[in-house]
Amino acid sequence: MSCRDCSLCKVRGNKCPSISQDCGRVLLMGNPNVGKSVFFSRLTGTHALSSNYPGTTVGFTEGTMRYGGKTARLIDVPGAYTLDPTNEAEMIARRILNDGADVVILVIDATALERNLVMAMQVLEHGIPVVVALNMVDEARHRGILIDIPKLEEELGVPIVPTVAVTGQGLSDLIAKMEEAKISHLQPMSKEVRWQVIGEVITKVQTVTHRHHTAMDRIEDVSAHPVLGGIMGFLVLILGFTAIRFVGEGIITHVTDPIFENLWMPVLEKLNTMLGEGPVRNILIGTLIDGEIDLEQSLGVLSTGLYVEFGMVLPYIIAFYSGLSFLEDFGYLPRLAVVFDALLHKFGIHGYAIIPTLLGFGCNVPGILGTRVLESERERFIAATLISVGIPCVSIQAMLSATLGEFGMIYVAAVYGILFCVWLVLGRIMHLTLKGYSPELIVEIPPYRMPSMKAWINKLWFRIKDFLYEATPLVLLGIFLVNILETIGVMEKVAKALSPVFEGFLGLPSATAVPIVMGVFRKDIAMGLLIPLELSASQTLIAVVVLAMTFPCIATFIILWKELGTKRMLMSSGIMITAALLTGGLMNLFFKIIL
Amino acid sequence: MNLLQVKDEESAVIKSIPQGESGERLEALGLRVGKRIRKVSGMPFGGPITLLLDGRHFAVAHAIAGKIEVEGLDSPPQPAVEKSRLWPKFI
Repeated sequence: MSCRDCSLCKVRGNKCPSISQDCGRVLLMGNPNVGKSVFFSRLTGTHALSSNYPGTTVGFTEGTMRYGGKTARLIDVPGAYTLDPTNEAEMIARRILNDGADVVILVIDATALERNLVMAMQVLEHGIPVVVALNMVDEARHRGILIDIPKLEEELGVPIVPTVAVTGQGLSDLIAKMEEAKISHLQPMSKEVRWQVIGEVITKVQTVTHRHHTAMDRIEDVSAHPVLGGIMGFLVLILGFTAIRFVGEGIITHVTDPIFENLWMPVLEKLNTMLGEGPVRNILIGTLIDGEIDLEQSLGVLSTGLYVEFGMVLPYIIAFYSGLSFLEDFGYLPRLAVVFDALLHKFGIHGYAIIPTLLGFGCNVPGILGTRVLESERERFIAATLISVGIPCVSIQAMLSATLGEFGMIYVAAVYGILFCVWLVLGRIMHLTLKGYSPELIVEIPPYRMPSMKAWINKLWFRIKDFLYEATPLVLLGIFLVNILETIGVMEKVAKALSPVFEGFLGLPSATAVPIVMGVFRKDIAMGLLIPLELSASQTLIAVVVLAMTFPCIATFIILWKELGTKRMLMSSGIMITAALLTGGLMNLFFKIIL
Repeated sequence: MNLLQVKDEESAVIKSIPQGESGERLEALGLRVGKRIRKVSGMPFGGPITLLLDGRHFAVAHAIAGKIEVEGLDSPPQPAVEKSRLWPKFI
């Protein structure tokens, strides 16, 4: 391949990373869950996502690697079971292979040789130089699976290197063998013939012996049990959320609060004196509470805006994603998908939708992006709408405990309960009314594995970076725009026009219209404005539920727009507003009757 | 007999799988005609069926499992992976 096909120099500011040598193109291919992404992060030293569920690498990652004195582009091809595509990831995998490569590193899972050979043979039939990494040989040995590597080399006609990617074993051998990559003697064949050849190869090279049950097998048995599996899923979620709360609070008390109080406040105070009275101060610092800047209530871009985003939300994001990434790498999430499939099925989405839904509890933006793992457009629409309406992100959860906490935990719990009911009812209604087709769940459940520390930290860093780069700028921009609109008095007019709805229908004083309308763009303001209004407990509950059901932030709105397109985004927003008002109205009616 | 009718912990050989997209997906995962599988469990309320094939777990939606025809094995030969009874069956 020539330089014009490579764009890395542009990425690196017009410097060719290959130092004017030929830059090669290397593909990393294999089935899902074979540890491909771990190879990627080890070979390139850059950050990549490695997961146990299909879809995270759709839209492939690339980096640079060195082998045999050359620099090459390494492309992490989405995991595929076959090159006769049955889903989007497999389509992309085939397209990337058809574009050609200097070497293909084919990762094969030694614990599931037969199944892995399907795609492996399809790649070998392509007439491209291949080197095979026979991964997880340690686990295979542990399971009593013995593979005759020289014989398998002979059958496939390419060099094979046994590896354990998680520990890095065999990686240097693999890089050395890349120069000896060969084109296999295998010729294109029909599906039936290929299965027959695979059967013959397996009998020649693989022996399976008896092995004993391990502790991991026992946990696996429990998680697939009809009753215990459900209980375990429930316990994992409860424990997980408790741990997240504990860690998040810990970071806030010991790290972010001291930083804001001791380092940022003095800067703000100086800026405050420098700016003096005027609209600039109103936008940047906000109003003074009792003559002082209040990080929670001043509502300026640099005071409350930064504090809520980095001081209150980021710590929870870190806590949340460390927990989720651990469960993901451990291999628990596909099991959770199995446990939830029956329920989610009633909404026309399959069990895998539980993964983006859980992501949404951290931040709705990655949650909605995560709905890409679902196959049909209908499923994606239902899942994305359900996330933006019924799943409270970390900011919303911080807001609701700040405003409702003083009335007692029962009110905080009530919000979660109401949101859960809305999620159930809305999901069912959408399933019954929306046209289209939703595919059924057919998945491999990978065995439990202790995650590699490196891959886990990489992934955590990747997700936090995404949150900081993708969601945060938009949220801060939203805050900035709303502050301008407020300074020139537009927000007040909008809120005034809507106040009959709030007073009559929701039973809230007209002053709440401002925080709720603005809450669509910034959640921090909702909290800062609701507290001084001194609403009753039931009124606060209604206001918080309505706020929680509408957009968490401007970033979610933009991502929903990008993912669904204008028409479906409008439809989704319509559903959201209707559902929020109906729920608020019903709650108002309920309180009127019982109080 | 279809996969739903197989009892938990029992083995069976796949006789036919549904046509079309879901069939292709099953094949890609290695769930082909002639393969010996062992049913692990079925989740309640029409949840997915978990099964074991060559020592790997798979989950198949209830609706698809109903379309997978199998033949039960009365006295299965020594399986590759021995499974011990872990929990009393209380449902």
